[in-house]
Amino acid sequence: MRTRVIEVSVGAFLLVGALALLMLALNVSGLKLADQPQTYKLYARFENIGGLTARSKVTMSGVLIGKVSSISLDPQTLMARVEMDIHENVDFLSTDSSASILTAGLLGEQYIGVTVGAEEEVLKNGDYIEDTQSALVLEELVGKFLFNSVSE
Amino acid sequence: MQMLPLLVRQIYFVGVQSLIIIMVSGLFIGMVLGLQGYTILVDYGSEQAVGQMVALSLVRELAPVVAALLFAGRAGSALTAEIGLMKATEQLASLEMIGVDPLRRIIAPRFWAGFISLPLLAAVFAVVGVWGGAMVGIEWLGIYEGAFWANMQNSVDFSEDVLNGSIKAMVFGFVVTWVAVFQGYDCVPTSEGISQATTRTVVYSSLAVLGLDFVLTALMFGDL
Repeated sequence: MRTRVIEVSVGAFLLVGALALLMLALNVSGLKLADQPQTYKLYARFENIGGLTARSKVTMSGVLIGKVSSISLDPQTLMARVEMDIHENVDFLSTDSSASILTAGLLGEQYIGVTVGAEEEVLKNGDYIEDTQSALVLEELVGKFLFNSVSE
Repeated sequence: MQMLPLLVRQIYFVGVQSLIIIMVSGLFIGMVLGLQGYTILVDYGSEQAVGQMVALSLVRELAPVVAALLFAGRAGSALTAEIGLMKATEQLASLEMIGVDPLRRIIAPRFWAGFISLPLLAAVFAVVGVWGGAMVGIEWLGIYEGAFWANMQNSVDFSEDVLNGSIKAMVFGFVVTWVAVFQGYDCVPTSEGISQATTRTVVYSSLAVLGLDFVLTALMFGDL
């Protein structure tokens, strides 16, 4: 009888533990059981990326369409080269699309917002988004404001 | 396979019987995190981030570490004392005499039981803690429920956070039980020796857990 109690409670314990892991996966981390969406790579050069990091979001009209996979300094242009993984089903980004670094909220995280242009041709894997707008750096903004008010 | 009943018995002693202390401390730590996080974040008007803060700190750090520390105190010390007393009363020697390997019969099931139990206990700790934080945040402090969970799910990543936290718990389970069974098996077989070995188990495994936690965190999250 005693052995049976032990066996049943150990079984229940293992179940509870597995259930806890499942809760962590589904409820806390919001894991989707579906496959990760297929992606293709796009690049963009920015004058200044501000606080953008790898894993930052890439959005269009506020909808998530990919994420930043890596950031490096391009030695030729001396600009930041941002590599993005864009979901495969977003295959309508025209070649004159523009990418700008935006901030969520006043102090929130930074992300890339993509706006589609008017060209017929679309961006393929490995292409560059040429039209970019850098992050707003508060110090530069304040500097410009001070400079303007002095020159007036 | 004949070791399975022994293993089940040991999981009962180190795992099932640690469940209560793990759940109660998880609940309170989650509730404190929710409360402290709220008082800081409400100054910046971003109290919705409480969920994210509670979940990330629990899953990444507190659940594996605090569960391992409690486990060292609750189960590790008991393992050392038990094995040490077996050695002092010459039960281990008699087992060897009748041709039973004490390493296989006594040490191995206890070691595997700890290795299996701690990751599960850490997961339970994290879940109960998140629930406690949610209870304080949503029910008591009135954070908007949708934003609380959505922020949490957006920021906690399964492979980065949950899996890394589980790996930590596995490493800690390995280290804590290893230290415990070694100290028991290696103790001076007197009453004083057993008491010293039990103390050493708690001290060494706590220090090892905290030190290893830093190393593992640096390896896992250092480049983020």
